[in-house]
Amino acid sequence: MTDLTKLTLAEARDGLAKGDYTSVELTEAHLKSMDAHRNLNAYITETPEKAMEMAKASDAKRAKGSAGKMEGLPIAVKDLFCTEGVQTTAASHILEGFKPEYESTVTSNLFGNGAVMLGKANLDEFAMGSSNTSSYYGNVVNPWKDKSGKDLVPGGSSGGSAAAVAANMALAATGTDTGGSIRQPASYCGIVGLKPTYGRCSRWGIVAFASSLDQAGPMTKTVRDAAIMLGSMAGHDAKDSTSAPIAVPDFEAALTGDIRGMKIGIPKEYRVDGMPEEISKLWDDGVAMLCDAGAEVVDVTLPHTKYALGTYYIVAPAEASSNLARYDGLRYGQRVMDEGDSLDDMYMKSRAAGFGKEVQRRIMIGTYVLSAGYYDAYYNKALKVRRRIYQDFEGAFGQVDAILTPTAPSAAFAIGENEGDPVKMYLNDVFTVPASLAGLPGLSVPTGLSASGLPLGLQLIGKPFDEETVLRVGGVLEGAANFTAKPAGQEG
Amino acid sequence: MSSLDKETVRRIAYLSRINVSEEGLSELAGDLTRILDFVEELQEVDVEGCEPLTSVADLTLPLRKDEVTDGNIQQKVLSNAPMTDAGCFVVPKVVE
Repeated sequence: MTDLTKLTLAEARDGLAKGDYTSVELTEAHLKSMDAHRNLNAYITETPEKAMEMAKASDAKRAKGSAGKMEGLPIAVKDLFCTEGVQTTAASHILEGFKPEYESTVTSNLFGNGAVMLGKANLDEFAMGSSNTSSYYGNVVNPWKDKSGKDLVPGGSSGGSAAAVAANMALAATGTDTGGSIRQPASYCGIVGLKPTYGRCSRWGIVAFASSLDQAGPMTKTVRDAAIMLGSMAGHDAKDSTSAPIAVPDFEAALTGDIRGMKIGIPKEYRVDGMPEEISKLWDDGVAMLCDAGAEVVDVTLPHTKYALGTYYIVAPAEASSNLARYDGLRYGQRVMDEGDSLDDMYMKSRAAGFGKEVQRRIMIGTYVLSAGYYDAYYNKALKVRRRIYQDFEGAFGQVDAILTPTAPSAAFAIGENEGDPVKMYLNDVFTVPASLAGLPGLSVPTGLSASGLPLGLQLIGKPFDEETVLRVGGVLEGAANFTAKPAGQEG
Repeated sequence: MSSLDKETVRRIAYLSRINVSEEGLSELAGDLTRILDFVEELQEVDVEGCEPLTSVADLTLPLRKDEVTDGNIQQKVLSNAPMTDAGCFVVPKVVE
């Protein structure tokens, strides 16, 4: 019998429909794989009983002749999505033991369409990080190894989701992306990651980091899988006032494979100083693949690109400092209080004990840039530069249908590298942050291997709410690159 | 270049309601200064006549009828609280 964990989401969907196997069988195979790969620490909370219950219910539903878009397909859920009755931690100590009384809209959509939850995937604390080394519940290990044999980071913040999909511990996973948290780990783990347009998926029930940037999206083995899963996650939601009241297209139907005559933009500003030769080559190869498929390549300019990271590291912490004010030791989460403590003492002790180092740093930077006397110089200035970045993209999209860039400036690095200097870690997001600031859809597709044998991804950026073009071009890129490498032990 | 001193960090930590030890303050002063130096380059961008971009969602905030749509879920609201009493959250004494 074929190894059910090696199927793509689309293959598993079709196999279930044909009756080749049941959701219970699919789910059991993945639970077994989770047991075998527990050393990767991809899950914070495994939910095998819930998974089996959901799988049985799904098989029963199918037997009665009804099947949703994700019917019977076992997935991992980033532990940033509130799941009713299942611990939701955001990888923070402050939320340890928190069991939401409600279900996030995105997971509710997925489960309504028949998806089966295997567990809650590990991440950087409150989704703040690019390496998944800031989780209170331990580092996630990338299933890929380079020649050194050292444990590598899976990227972040959706590192557990990426590792789970790459190691066949889930058919697919939900991620969230604020500055690159879906795309960068997808690139590091050799999978596909799609950050949709801001407003495409409801943010309701997702633990908030930076509300003007946060967006949920699929992390999958193929571009087709991303199209299927996004179709189930997306849609207008009255409970999120920034969710867009527009219809969800059939994303899978967009995968026609035909990009003849399409214009693909290449922004010269992304060819940053000191870009490793292999990243440069990866990008050139991608350009050649799209040309061969009949697309026309156009040079575009995004002149404010170099200011994107600086803008992001003001805007995101500012919003985080405000969002994370809710962790007060009163209504949920950890409380630390000694006899005779004042309300302030309790706040300060609970938050000091509950938040990790990077989260504390970001809250404080955010507090500083929003404080009296600095608001205009930092926060307001950043919002103005953010508009410049947005306008850059508007200009470029007057000429092209999509933009092609590398996803990340390097392959996965060893756990422990880039620690100690917060700014150095931030540089991993240099190519993903601009699209986040502009709210645009971004797709990472694995297209090559580094000299050390690690996966590298290319990013396609699209117009607002034009995930279809991004997926169509991504599908062509995927086909041309024919990236079939797998981490050791997961080969075909 | 803006360099944060220990006293400024102490004030930010208090505004953030996060307890920080004396040695933690010095370390944070270094870290936060490095981050501020990093974002300093924004100052060179010409933003003359540019409106701040607060949201990319090109939407008018939707309105709904002002009516009760939820309620009677006291147990659910309190279920994750560290300390409750008689259907209320319990806070340290705030009035002498």
